[in-house]
Amino acid sequence: MPDKNLQLDGNGKLLHFLSIEGLNQPILTEILDTAESFTSITERNVKKVPILRGKTVANLFFEPSTRTRSTFELAAQRLSADILNLNVNTSATTKGESLLDTLRNLEAMQIDMFVIRHQDSGSAHFFAQHVSPGVSVLNAGDGQHEHPTQAMLDMFTIRHFKKDFSQLRVAIVGDILHSRVARSQIHALNLLNTAEVRVIAPRTLLPVETEALGVSIYNNLEDGLKDVDVIIMLRLQKERMRGALLPSEKEYFRLYGLSQERLKCAKPDAIVMHPGPANRGVEIESSVMDGSQSVILNQVSFGISVRMAIMSMIVGQSGLRGDES
Amino acid sequence: MSLPSVELLIDKLTEALKSYFPSDQSTLEQPIIVGIETGGYWVAEAIHRAINPSTDLGRLNISFYRDDFTKKGLHPTVSPSSLSSNIDDKTIILIDDVLHSGRTIRAAMNEIFDYGRPKRIVLAILIDRGGREIPIQADIVGETIALKSGEHIKLQGPDPLRLTLKSVGEHAG
Repeated sequence: MPDKNLQLDGNGKLLHFLSIEGLNQPILTEILDTAESFTSITERNVKKVPILRGKTVANLFFEPSTRTRSTFELAAQRLSADILNLNVNTSATTKGESLLDTLRNLEAMQIDMFVIRHQDSGSAHFFAQHVSPGVSVLNAGDGQHEHPTQAMLDMFTIRHFKKDFSQLRVAIVGDILHSRVARSQIHALNLLNTAEVRVIAPRTLLPVETEALGVSIYNNLEDGLKDVDVIIMLRLQKERMRGALLPSEKEYFRLYGLSQERLKCAKPDAIVMHPGPANRGVEIESSVMDGSQSVILNQVSFGISVRMAIMSMIVGQSGLRGDES
Repeated sequence: MSLPSVELLIDKLTEALKSYFPSDQSTLEQPIIVGIETGGYWVAEAIHRAINPSTDLGRLNISFYRDDFTKKGLHPTVSPSSLSSNIDDKTIILIDDVLHSGRTIRAAMNEIFDYGRPKRIVLAILIDRGGREIPIQADIVGETIALKSGEHIKLQGPDPLRLTLKSVGEHAG
């Protein structure tokens, strides 16, 4: 992987937000605390603060997205930024323009912050290496590498409902192999000192280096869900499947789908999360998704505050060292 | 230099502010007392306790509105703003500990207007230390102390509340 310290300056201040790997526990906690203070803004008459006034944010999505793109857009707007949405599938890159040329052209439009989703792992790092000083890059998902803002909003959701990470058992279920979300979540959960992180998946959907991530591995859903506080279901990424990793969707649901019955293996007050978009009836039963233990829609709302927090921390100095006057 | 007692200054502000709460006033007309985090909120708390109006005490954390945000950043440890949901046509009594450059008050007023359109804002300040950089004046002042630009007066608290004076290189607002 490229230089991880690209995201922090010499004083530990956030310059870009590319991956959870390479960050530290104080920064993650500061993001969660800052996001907390943004949640009240949505209850006001004017749901805007002037932090990014005069700045321009470009949403550069090389892959389709609804939730991530729109919550990044709302987050930037609530911070008073101007926002440019580019669906690159339908623009110049399909006409043969290189990534770097697209970047240079956008920089010529005085963009201050790029939010990038791209199908190649490491693309956000690549952008961050090539932008001019003072321009920031936020990773909105790069290939099978990381999706760090999703992981942070998941951490926010877990902290909101369950408080202390050091007391928690968290299970991540499903397609770990193709999931950038899972990779970011595992790093974040470990940095925040979660008592136990489990991954539950068929062997064919586990990456080879899973053990090295510091998690316990389960191939059986019932065993893995026993006594957990948090269940994170992952989407079965049909579009990323190459070759026959699975017999069929029906078979997958039979073995790894979260049903009401299976949910009972977890603690009675366990919360159910899903980064979306969910395949109802494939990885999660509809009644669980809409059930009382599901916090899936809370995740979406929290996503706005968390993305506001990360954007404002990049623009401002770290609040932990700020001097009140 | 001997610094004044915070308790006496709060009494003085309370006395002056009582005229905004006449006894025949209806609940709807009552002003809302709002303190700026952190020092101003401590002062506002004491005044709110003494006057005991039916309106809730408001709190402003102006970090999102500072004009030097890019240099100072956020203070996630400071409590977020909380203000009654409807401030339209209300009188706001805005309270801060020290008035210096005036920039904090400007930021606070910007934030207040994002909650609604108050009828009036009255500014009450514990210490006016001079050194204004924008044209903002307090309506009620506990005490005026002319300080040099390198000097820095700060309210320490919350228990007990006391003033400290420091000489520092950089001035702050």
